[in-house]
Amino acid sequence: MTVRRSMLFLPGNTPNIIINGEALGADAVILDLEDAVAPSEKDSARILVRNAIGRMGFGRCEVIVRINSTDTGEWTKDLDAIIPVKPSLIMPPKTSRAADVLRVDEYISALEDRLGFARNTVKLIPLIETALGVENAFQIASASPRVAAIFLGGEDLTADLRCRRTKAGNEIAYARARMVMAARAAGVDVYDTPFTDVNDDTGIYTDAEYAKSLGFTGKSAISPRHVNAINEVFSPTAAEIDYAYEVMDAIRAAQAQGKGAVALRGKMIDAPIVARARQTIEAAESLGLDRRA
Amino acid sequence: MAMKIVASLREAISLCGLKSGMSISFHHHLRNGDYTLNRVMDEIAALGIRDLTLNASSLFDAHAPLREHIKNRVVRKINTDYMSAGLGRSISEGLMDESVEFRTHGGRPRDIALGITPIDVAFIAAPTADPAGNCSGKYGPSACGSLGYAFPDAMYAKKVVVITDNLVPYPLTDASIPEIYVDYVVPVDAIGDPRGIVSGTTKITRDPVGLVMAETAARVIRHSGLLKDGFSFQTGAGGATLAAAKFLKEIMLREKIRGSFASGGVTGYLVDMLNEGCFTSLMDVQCFDLKAVESIRTNPAHHEISAMQYASPAAKSAVVDHLDVVLLGATEIDTDFNVNVHTDSAGCIMGGSGGHSDTAAGAKLSMIIAPLFRARLPIITGRVRCISTPGRDVDVVVTQRGVAVNPAKPDLALRLKDAGLPIVDIHELKQIAERITGVPAVPPEGGRVVARVLSRDGEPLDVIRQLTR
Amino acid sequence: MRAAERKVSTDMSGIVKRAVAGTLESSDVFVEIEPGDSGIEVEIESVVLAQFGDAIRAAALDVLKEQNVSDARVRLTDRGALDCVIRARVETAVARAKGE
Repeated sequence: MTVRRSMLFLPGNTPNIIINGEALGADAVILDLEDAVAPSEKDSARILVRNAIGRMGFGRCEVIVRINSTDTGEWTKDLDAIIPVKPSLIMPPKTSRAADVLRVDEYISALEDRLGFARNTVKLIPLIETALGVENAFQIASASPRVAAIFLGGEDLTADLRCRRTKAGNEIAYARARMVMAARAAGVDVYDTPFTDVNDDTGIYTDAEYAKSLGFTGKSAISPRHVNAINEVFSPTAAEIDYAYEVMDAIRAAQAQGKGAVALRGKMIDAPIVARARQTIEAAESLGLDRRA
Repeated sequence: MAMKIVASLREAISLCGLKSGMSISFHHHLRNGDYTLNRVMDEIAALGIRDLTLNASSLFDAHAPLREHIKNRVVRKINTDYMSAGLGRSISEGLMDESVEFRTHGGRPRDIALGITPIDVAFIAAPTADPAGNCSGKYGPSACGSLGYAFPDAMYAKKVVVITDNLVPYPLTDASIPEIYVDYVVPVDAIGDPRGIVSGTTKITRDPVGLVMAETAARVIRHSGLLKDGFSFQTGAGGATLAAAKFLKEIMLREKIRGSFASGGVTGYLVDMLNEGCFTSLMDVQCFDLKAVESIRTNPAHHEISAMQYASPAAKSAVVDHLDVVLLGATEIDTDFNVNVHTDSAGCIMGGSGGHSDTAAGAKLSMIIAPLFRARLPIITGRVRCISTPGRDVDVVVTQRGVAVNPAKPDLALRLKDAGLPIVDIHELKQIAERITGVPAVPPEGGRVVARVLSRDGEPLDVIRQLTR
Repeated sequence: MRAAERKVSTDMSGIVKRAVAGTLESSDVFVEIEPGDSGIEVEIESVVLAQFGDAIRAAALDVLKEQNVSDARVRLTDRGALDCVIRARVETAVARAKGE
């Protein structure tokens, strides 16, 4: 199981940031060909990112590439260059409808066929950052088996909503809840918008804890300084891990004794509790936080 | 009492009886803002004195005019603890016939005290002095704080000249160096440029890789078993080491750990740690910024120490021997944990030990913080170009992609591994770097010896050779 | 338009104009390329010339060969770029110089 708590945006045309991307603590890096790259350098960035993935690699970091949106002439060139080096995920921006997903999906499928890759080798994480996209979040999340997660972009969304983006984030509260609901309904992961005040080392905790409380799988960052906070918040706590093991022990003991109903700390353990305990233990093992290791 | 005030540098030089072939000394508390060394050397040259041995605690690019004095044979030999890149390149290119001798900040006072490097005339730039030569670095327009490195010069030179741009009436009571050692006092317009002496503020790095390393270093300290009440600590003023102090401070405040002292070159960051209760005192041999100067002037817990007390291996004990943890930098580290801070990867002089090997030898835990590569140059090599600090004194190397522990400390490695730190064999770190950068060609060994590096005990440690074109 | 199906003419493999790529930032390389008439000339200025001069030249020549460039003058001002960065910048400069 891959645990993706933090995703760090890296500007696609900046070698000295890209070459250390792996070392900045994030579970995934998002190599950005879109907003972080000047229009005149799109060609240069996609070749650099292709080489960085194909020739250097990002070690234990999962690789995501944000391509240019389908209303530009760049996105197919981005995919032509990037798909051959097999990033884990492609992030198409400004995804507003299922049809936007299908367009990218078809193009990638054709490339995968031509390259002799199995279909759906490269997954999608559509970036939803328009009012229409939020309203269509479930359709987007379930548009294709290639969609592994959806991602909320708060900055562009507030521009579309014609309101100001604030630190408290009341303006995107509905979008966040809607995104989580849509993703879980579709059975995919869901990632939160970055916290944009790079000088605020404590606000990031509040923001990440809020996202976690809503059910987000993880959160993105535009500054390496926020990565540790995100990892910390989205890791299971020692108490959560201990409780998960207690649940599993109680289940096992009950099965051995042939009991149907199981109680722990005076509370009935039902299927959802067991499911959550399993998720917690898997996440803990994958992160090396296994209490019993 | 003889009148010590002398009207000019030239007159003081003559009164001291300085002759060709003798030895003179300077301290480096005015760092890259120093005017004194150049002005004294110009006067000496004008007097026709030749073949001097120059003993300077450090030399900076501000001292580039020394090149002419070397060419004209006014200076025949240099003993120093540190030489910045500008002058360093000239030396590496073969400017001098005689090799430079590099010592440590502790080895220099040791050899002065033992008479191995005797000084005929010491020239001591003093930000404040009285007519009898009582002097201090804490006051005056050129204030630099501590005068720690000038103590051995004052105590052991045959003649001592204090040069000041802030002459105050006798007695200057809060003096660092007392009148008992001083022969002459020369008032001048300015001993240095304050902008080059201390920086306004010392800023913590914003480089993300530096911050990752700093945070890891703080975690190493936290889990080393040494971070408890009474903890003592030294850190360099370099970007990542200073950032590590910031993370350490957060841990100490959160866990309410009250350390005993921090030492070394002192920055505003250590002053903040003192004021917030992380330490009960600062043992200061040199101030790096205005906040440190202000603190040493006003806070009795901020204590000036001499170079001998700081680091001399000939002293009956020294501050470095009481250190729990020191954080240091490196230009290169090899798989035997030897550290180079004298040259760049191509073998060109650009630094020196300073207190590096003294603190590494003294501290219970000596840690190097260095990125795996700078630009394309891997930092961990098979063998460093120059051994500045021997690997036996280096315990831990912190990089952005893992922490290597000296195999001589298996218990420490286990302890850190159990705490979840990414412990990696140093050979593997080297391979990780080379997979990213490629394996560098090793530049040729070089020609004749241009500098010798002595250990803090005076033993030959390594040599630096002339660059070949 | 599907770019992968776009016909790339092979007779335009030569360098038709001067072009540049990359920057002078740390860990990057600035590549200048212009039409030549007598094979390939590569000039390199680098902060790591002693350690990586040969590797930089080999990477540049490799990319030029891959891109079927037979006549060009190329100048690299290197700030310690990794191999993958050097290759990317040379490839970008070639593409631009071919008018792609």
